[in-house]
Amino acid sequence: MSDSSVTKSARKRLTWLGVLIVGLAGIIGLGSVTNAGASFAPKLALDLQGGTQIILAPLLEDGKTVTEQQLSQAVAIIRQRVDASGVSEASVKTQGNNNIIVEIPGVPDENTLKLIRSSAKLEFRPVLQSSQSASATVGASPSPSTSAAPVAPPTGTTQQIFDKLDCSTAFRTPGQVDDPTKELVTCDVNGYEKFVLGPVEIEGSDISDANAGTVTSSTGASTNTWAVNLDFNDAGTKKFADVTSRLYPQKEPLNRFAVTLDGYVIVAPTTNAVISNGSAQITGSFDKDSSKSLADQLKYGSLPIGFEVQSQENISATLGSEQLSSGLLAGAIGLLLVVIYSLFQYRGLAVVTIGSLVVAAILVYLFISLLAWRQGYRLSLAGVAGLIVAIGITADSFIVYFERVRDEIRDGRTLGAAVDQGWKRAIRTILVSGGVSLLAAVVLYALTVGNVRGFAFTLGLTTLVDLGVAMIFTHPILQLLAKTRFFSSGHPWSGFDSKALGAAGYVGRGQFRTSASLSAAKVAKASKEANKRQTIAERKAAQANSANKAGENN
Amino acid sequence: MSKFSDFGNDLYTGKRSFDFIGKRKVYYSIAVVMVILAVVLPIARGGFNFGIEFRGGSEFRVSGASNTSQQLAIDAVHSVEANIDPLVTNVGTDAIRVQTEQLTDVKSEEVRVALAKAYDVKSGAVASSFIGANWGADVTGKAINGLLVFIALAAVLMALYFRTIKMSLAAVIALVHDLVITAGIYGATGFEVTPAAVIGFLTILGYSLYDTVVVFDKIRENTFEVEFSETTTFAQQVNYAINQTLVRSINTSVVAILPVASILFVGSALLGAGTLRDIALALFVGMIVGTYSTIFIAAPLYSHLREGEAKFRKAAKKVAAAN
Repeated sequence: MSDSSVTKSARKRLTWLGVLIVGLAGIIGLGSVTNAGASFAPKLALDLQGGTQIILAPLLEDGKTVTEQQLSQAVAIIRQRVDASGVSEASVKTQGNNNIIVEIPGVPDENTLKLIRSSAKLEFRPVLQSSQSASATVGASPSPSTSAAPVAPPTGTTQQIFDKLDCSTAFRTPGQVDDPTKELVTCDVNGYEKFVLGPVEIEGSDISDANAGTVTSSTGASTNTWAVNLDFNDAGTKKFADVTSRLYPQKEPLNRFAVTLDGYVIVAPTTNAVISNGSAQITGSFDKDSSKSLADQLKYGSLPIGFEVQSQENISATLGSEQLSSGLLAGAIGLLLVVIYSLFQYRGLAVVTIGSLVVAAILVYLFISLLAWRQGYRLSLAGVAGLIVAIGITADSFIVYFERVRDEIRDGRTLGAAVDQGWKRAIRTILVSGGVSLLAAVVLYALTVGNVRGFAFTLGLTTLVDLGVAMIFTHPILQLLAKTRFFSSGHPWSGFDSKALGAAGYVGRGQFRTSASLSAAKVAKASKEANKRQTIAERKAAQANSANKAGENN
Repeated sequence: MSKFSDFGNDLYTGKRSFDFIGKRKVYYSIAVVMVILAVVLPIARGGFNFGIEFRGGSEFRVSGASNTSQQLAIDAVHSVEANIDPLVTNVGTDAIRVQTEQLTDVKSEEVRVALAKAYDVKSGAVASSFIGANWGADVTGKAINGLLVFIALAAVLMALYFRTIKMSLAAVIALVHDLVITAGIYGATGFEVTPAAVIGFLTILGYSLYDTVVVFDKIRENTFEVEFSETTTFAQQVNYAINQTLVRSINTSVVAILPVASILFVGSALLGAGTLRDIALALFVGMIVGTYSTIFIAAPLYSHLREGEAKFRKAAKKVAAAN
């Protein structure tokens, strides 16, 4: 690369960095002035800021108790559901023999509460009878279809219950458990239609994955209708294919099947095809939040029992505020020590070191603010400690880089060439070591829950920022500085003083950079101490090397 | 300063060289002794001291208090049992929640009475109950699962990048060494294992492997086609790579450890025990051990694993003959 093109590309990368910083700040700024919930102050987690404590009590029929196993199963499921809604490091634990305590930062909205407490028992049942019921049409029962039903038609008592059912009343008791082998008389969630449903054909536990999305129309355009997409496991796929192929030839209403959630019908579509690929889509009166919360509930399974919110109160931070302030103080002292050390080690280059750390800090701060808004990311004390450790890993990128550049200078390259060549070698190391950290972050984020997941998120974020800063700040800045007289002349304070680095004349590219270029006089000057430390083999190698000055080709 | 840069130069050119490979038996022995100590000492002391986040504990709730200072609760608990550090939280406007490790029924009643007295409420206004683990078996299970998958994938990634499974093997052995010793320090000193300490532990995992990969990358560079060399052997090139990256290893670990050390010492001086100290201890020990093990275990082990390969043995004989 010619000098001017190096300068140009370095400037271009620095411009990109500027665009990135301004862009991030702009998005957050826009989000905060439009009251969309963004803020420049990162949100803090439960341990530093406090939040809301929700005590859940199980809904039990008289005389029944909840088993320890049910309770711990419920804790695990609730934890996964809460995690699915963001990286907030909520705390979920049992209290006494019955209750579950959920602590989440901030104040929960209705969707969050529903996400936490609904048992989310999803069932697919065939429709045996239905009527457009409103509270006014009690008793006006339509004659049920009599075509060959796979199960017995409604019995007398069921029929009576159905006739009497008034969807506008609270007809289900909280926590009511329905027998999956029997018929069920119920209404849809909005109370528009009432149903007699056959025994359960497929259960929510047969669902392997669920996600929320908008419905795509037949032309491929996306609509505003929100739906929950379901994927069944093998058993579920087979059952679903059996049900749809059995119902498809039937007449209305027997060709319908109902999807019930906690006993209420969410949707009861007509079967208009045999579905054998194990995918289904549920539409209904969903919006973005409610479809997401149902998908999260389904993905992690239904709770073994229903819960009700017993109390909901604000709680203060579990760690004193002095923990955060002395953590920050200690971090600041640590940073100051790092600055002093790098001045001592890298002299003029410390400007680049400190600059890189500052740029990395700005980027991390902006990303945390952005993710607090978009992903519900909350900074806990463990997260703060993770960020402080990241100082070391970020610093390592340019320590590796600087040392490589120094190595090149020792081989007799000019500073400009050394920066280029050193970067080529250093970036490989930086990428592969960063890749290992990123792998840790991705695997732990995907496979774990709770605090570990929060940690993985912080690790991934700082690793990406570290790689970015090395590429679009540290390297271009060094390229530009290499052009200045102070650095290129190898000023003793530049950190690239070729004399101090013992540069040994140009040896040419692609050669083994061993001690080949050392003059015999220099070797002789080596301290006794160093000689003592050398093994016989090494001393012999050194001698052989000075003899074979040409070295070996790569 | 100039002395340190001379030191760097000498290491780079090979004028000065520490023999890491040749003395590996000494380093292996040190590692084995350390690992044995890290296993035996915690067992002798009675296992790990898990925090209430792992074990569950007792919870007291004071309602209707007019003064909601947290210090009153801490003092009240200390008056019953001096070496328990309770977790105190304000709930709502007039309630205080106090969590401690699990207490016996007698002690629990004493704490209840002490809290009622401290906040000047009737003893009926202080409820006590048992709370389960916040960090339950499901969280631990998933974390261990994630850890194993990560180590397996990282080993595959390194094997692909370095084109040899032996580097993965050496790196993973060094990693296990670091984790066992860091965990051993907790077990041996009786420091409380909190979720924060576990997070610190996981950070070490990333850092240790990262450090190893950086040094291994230089080894990869130096040992490229070394089997065709007539002047230097595989083991010498590995040793040379460690020496060449020694200045980087020192600089990086100093820069990484300075902030952690300041949290550890400033934090414990200002605060005494606490989350911050728990996590900083894991990081402090882990980072030192992580840097140490790369140089003294991972690299010599890698050389050990490979120098016996026929092509390197043949090349080494040629080098010996040439001298």
